[in-house]
Amino acid sequence: MLLIQCPWCGPRDEAEFHYGGQAHVPYPEAPAALSDEEWARYLFFRDNPKGPFAERWSHAAGCRRWFNAVRDTSTNEILAVYRAGEERPVTAEPRSAQPARPAFEDEAPSGPKRGPGGAAPSGVEGAAPLEDGTGRGGGDASISGSAAGHPFRHPTRGRIDRDAPLTFTFDGTEYQGYRGDTLASALLANGVIEAGTSIKLGRPRGIFSAGVEEPNAVVQIEAPFPEPMLPATTVELYDGLVATSLPGQGRLATEPDPARYDAVHAHCDLLVVGAGPAGLAAAAAAARSGARVILADDQPELGGSLLGTAEHLDWVAEVAGRLEAESEVRVLRRTTVFGYYDDNHLLAVERRTNHLGADAPDNVSRERVWRIRARRVVLATGAHERSLVFADNDRPGVMLATSARTHVNRHGVLPGHHAVVLTTNDSAYAAALDLHTAGVDITAIVDTRPEAGEWAERARSAGIEVLTGHAVIGTEGEARVTAVTVAPYGESTGQREFAADLLLVSGGWNPVAHLFSQAGGKLRHDEALGSFVPDTCRQAVEVAGSASGVLDLATALAQGAAAGTRAIEAEGYTAEAPRLPETAAQPRQTPPMHVYVVPRASDGPRFVDLQRDVTVDDLARATGAGMRSVEHTKRYTTAGTANDQAKTSGILASGVVAELLGVDISALGTTTFRPPYTPVSFATLAGRDRGALHDPIRTTTLHDWHVEHGALFENVGQWKRPWYYPRNGEDMEAAVLRECAAARDSVAFMDASTLGKIDVQGPDAGVLLDRLYTNMMSTLKVGMIRYGVMCRPDGMVFDDGTVIRTAQDRFLVTTTTGNAAAVLDWMEEWLQTEWPELKVHCTSVTEQWATVALVGPRSREVLGALAPQLAVSNDDFPFMAWRETTVAGIDARVCRISFSGELAYEINVSPWEALALWQALYEAGAPYGITPYGTETMHVLRAEKGYPIIGQDTDGTVTPQDLGMSWVVSKKKPDFIGKRSYARADAVRPDRKHLVGLLPEDPQDFLPEGTHLVADSVLPAPPVPMLGHVTSSYRSAALGRTFALALIKSGRDRIGERLYAPVGDRLVPVTVASPVLYDPEGARRDG
Amino acid sequence: MADTALAAPPRSPLSHAADRLAVATRTSGGAVRLAELPFLAQINVRLDAKGAAAGAVGLALDLQLPLEPNSVVRAGELTVLWLGPDEWLLVGPPGSERDLESRIREAAGDETVSVIDVSAQRTTLLVAGPRARDLLAHGCALDLHPRAFGAGRCAQTTLGRTQVVLVARGEPRAGFWVLVRSSFAGYLADWLLDAATEYI
Repeated sequence: MLLIQCPWCGPRDEAEFHYGGQAHVPYPEAPAALSDEEWARYLFFRDNPKGPFAERWSHAAGCRRWFNAVRDTSTNEILAVYRAGEERPVTAEPRSAQPARPAFEDEAPSGPKRGPGGAAPSGVEGAAPLEDGTGRGGGDASISGSAAGHPFRHPTRGRIDRDAPLTFTFDGTEYQGYRGDTLASALLANGVIEAGTSIKLGRPRGIFSAGVEEPNAVVQIEAPFPEPMLPATTVELYDGLVATSLPGQGRLATEPDPARYDAVHAHCDLLVVGAGPAGLAAAAAAARSGARVILADDQPELGGSLLGTAEHLDWVAEVAGRLEAESEVRVLRRTTVFGYYDDNHLLAVERRTNHLGADAPDNVSRERVWRIRARRVVLATGAHERSLVFADNDRPGVMLATSARTHVNRHGVLPGHHAVVLTTNDSAYAAALDLHTAGVDITAIVDTRPEAGEWAERARSAGIEVLTGHAVIGTEGEARVTAVTVAPYGESTGQREFAADLLLVSGGWNPVAHLFSQAGGKLRHDEALGSFVPDTCRQAVEVAGSASGVLDLATALAQGAAAGTRAIEAEGYTAEAPRLPETAAQPRQTPPMHVYVVPRASDGPRFVDLQRDVTVDDLARATGAGMRSVEHTKRYTTAGTANDQAKTSGILASGVVAELLGVDISALGTTTFRPPYTPVSFATLAGRDRGALHDPIRTTTLHDWHVEHGALFENVGQWKRPWYYPRNGEDMEAAVLRECAAARDSVAFMDASTLGKIDVQGPDAGVLLDRLYTNMMSTLKVGMIRYGVMCRPDGMVFDDGTVIRTAQDRFLVTTTTGNAAAVLDWMEEWLQTEWPELKVHCTSVTEQWATVALVGPRSREVLGALAPQLAVSNDDFPFMAWRETTVAGIDARVCRISFSGELAYEINVSPWEALALWQALYEAGAPYGITPYGTETMHVLRAEKGYPIIGQDTDGTVTPQDLGMSWVVSKKKPDFIGKRSYARADAVRPDRKHLVGLLPEDPQDFLPEGTHLVADSVLPAPPVPMLGHVTSSYRSAALGRTFALALIKSGRDRIGERLYAPVGDRLVPVTVASPVLYDPEGARRDG
Repeated sequence: MADTALAAPPRSPLSHAADRLAVATRTSGGAVRLAELPFLAQINVRLDAKGAAAGAVGLALDLQLPLEPNSVVRAGELTVLWLGPDEWLLVGPPGSERDLESRIREAAGDETVSVIDVSAQRTTLLVAGPRARDLLAHGCALDLHPRAFGAGRCAQTTLGRTQVVLVARGEPRAGFWVLVRSSFAGYLADWLLDAATEYI
């Protein structure tokens, strides 16, 4: 959503504006002097440059002013706005792309200086002291006995509430978990790691991660409300949760979702996305400045990766407390920012009651979409651990190394008892050591690097075997890994097999650059990290922490604080340096090795995208077929198209394709990151715009009366208009015939309040209307009314209606119901952009007046009875005149207008008094059987008279002449909108379609609207030449038969001709007739 | 006949919703206050802000037409809203529309001034109470923070799916006026009542 600067009202959402095309294309001074080609050039040709483009916009939902903007068509950036009539300014340079991590030297980490890359996101030092009391290698015995039958529950670790046990069901089996568990961690605690089967191959798959990146454990929630495809690692456990595993694909609920969903707009100086160490530091720096800060994080509690390592949680609590205390700081937990759009507009979804299960209150929305407009954004979205490709790398029990650590520290769950660790970098050592401390037997750490430095020494001194220069080449096990095969890196000899129920994998780290990329930011390949990191962006955004590629805690903290400080100081606030936790010295780092596919793996499928079952062989087929881009291999193999959006597999796929093509991954790049970052349900996006609130319903002041009297309604634009009023079980046909008969034979009335009404006021009002209407309006006398037609410059009919002259300098223009806003916009557009010198103003008064059409030969008597001061005779009150009087004691403007051919009046009163008028008419007309009628009868009555309905009998390609209304096109006026087009060769073709009447040979044959017409009684072989189509079709009470209106090639020259209408498998013979089928002499108009 | 009609009280666009608005106000325990302010006089005035008419009309109304976009000037019972660089909406007590219209016409003399009674074109909803801003933020993309949209600000914008004129009232706790086209008023009342579900 662009933020467009209205020159008057300031920045507003793009949705408030209408686009008006190229600016500075003036209406030709003398259209008549132009050749057809020159005129066509004005009508139809516009520039289409790449780059700055001057165009017109209207602040349609605001001050209604037209203005000009220079927009860069390649970036959508609006470079300048200026008022209509002003010269195009010299535009400022477009915003330059700013680095995602500026001024890095400010951010000297408080800890010891280190080389970039390769470090763990955090170390074990500073971790919570050993609490379990089981000691190193605590082993199975002490653990399996713990925690109420949870063989994998750690006795003390985790942030779960052990006083709040919860019961849940998975695949029909009842289990226990605790508040604070995810569904995944609760399953792990119960020894369940297999959580589904794969989509194509049906292979068992296990819980792979501890977060949104989960590709395998994607489950179906069955109760309280069915919801498909949720990662078990993101589902907070609640009592009564029922879930089932899936074969890679979920099932949509068959019943409507009963929960509430809503949306809210928010504005802030600084939005921080992610409440890990960098995000918390950024928010802390800004918290007390008075700046409006929003901190959004997808977890139920703040801390991010610190929750997974159990480090510095006192600092997390301290910052959380400080943020809560500030009135201008809003902390959104359980909130995923999923889309980053133009002008720092971000969308987030807050999961508000999902975690409450059946206890969720009815009046609180289950999920809420936050539409956030931020002056500045700091993305502290963290990093996802990358997997590695080797044979049978998909078995349950294969898990990302740091995710396993997170399960231990957040949920008090050991994902297995005997683990082998496969890594290419240091970070897995921290995880392995922490798991080891927690009681997981680390059988071996297999490191692809020939040297593993200080971390390996540390592991060895903890009694863990470290195999450098090795890799895992295969796994064994069905429902769960039972053994892991290891070999020297790149060799198939020297294999060793380890028994294990867990294989922890770390292939390095991918910064979560999704939002940055969605923002238009460019990524660059970071050699040290072996992945893609945010580089530059034209929006006001910075990236901090591991999202920027910084994996070292101290640097991440300092970077976050600096980013938060810069952001709010740019907005004029003063930051304070937040207290940051002391980070302990880390072992010297050893650079990571960049591996995607482990070479010389044993036989067995090597999975790249677990959720789509895409293997190295699949990608090889794609490159073998000639694919050279990851965008192409993605479409060819479906790698990266699953609902995890390739969070664990995207970079891996790029790496594999790069190897297959023999190019560097930095040259190949990644596939495009698109919103949403994580799946968002349609119910959430729809929010409250469902059911009755889906679209506004416009009603007239008489609506309740229509409802009480049994009207059925037709939607006309957003209006509800009475369609017909069935009585005593009548069907539509019977009701409409009855209503038509009442109007033709006696008296009937309808609510015509929906017609658009525009007050046109000022000394030049007549001039304006003469230019907009095809006929002359300035000669209209005060007290009189004229029908008029408005066309577009191309000469095609756009709207019609009546014009009432209420004073010398004042007119009341009526428009069709659906076109009221468009006509007012049209008038304003010409007035403001072409004719600002005219002294005239146009104002909508549609709802200022309620209008009742009183129709039929007895209408004069009814009106006369209620308007004693009004002389109603035809001489005193002629056709197309209006009078001010009182009707039923109510101030009224009565117009003698007829849209039915009958004697008729339109009575306009204040809507506050319209019901009284309506009831008085109903009462006074009772002796004549006055009958309320709806739009269907109105349509029949007008069609019998051949009056077109714009938009039904026309479609934007029809001229007044095509409608047989040459009389409404002035020959006297030097120019008006559309005039020049009537001289175009195309407008005078003899075979243009004309509006004519059609009479089916059988007077009971009904032609559906849209029916085509052909010349011959036998259909020739296709293509069949079409002569035109039916635009309106009715049964007529007055004619005692069916009839239709149609647009037919050279229609007026065919009157009397026989044509054929294919209806179903019949060819219905019809006769072309004049469109005026009833009372062609107009004898009934004056009563 | 005429007498019967005269006896009928005028009906405002939200007369049928008055009870529901009152119930929501009551059950919210003061968190939100919702009510229709019916029949306010509303006069649309169009004139050249730089011309003589601006001063003359201001003098006749004993106020200065606001020239700053999206701002409000109040004088006694009269509130003048900026709608555009040459357009204002005068809002006065019920029944004052004819007097206002004639005073402006008189003051304008021969200057080009358009004066239109639009009292029935829109009705006015009061949205007040401590949660008023939260309630409106469900459907209004404008920044309604007091720093950005404090007392004396007005804006033509979108609320839910309908256009409104939003006015931040001056007095403390006076909340907002939401002026809405009469035909959309029923929809907007339904929308507001639904949005208020969480606060009641």
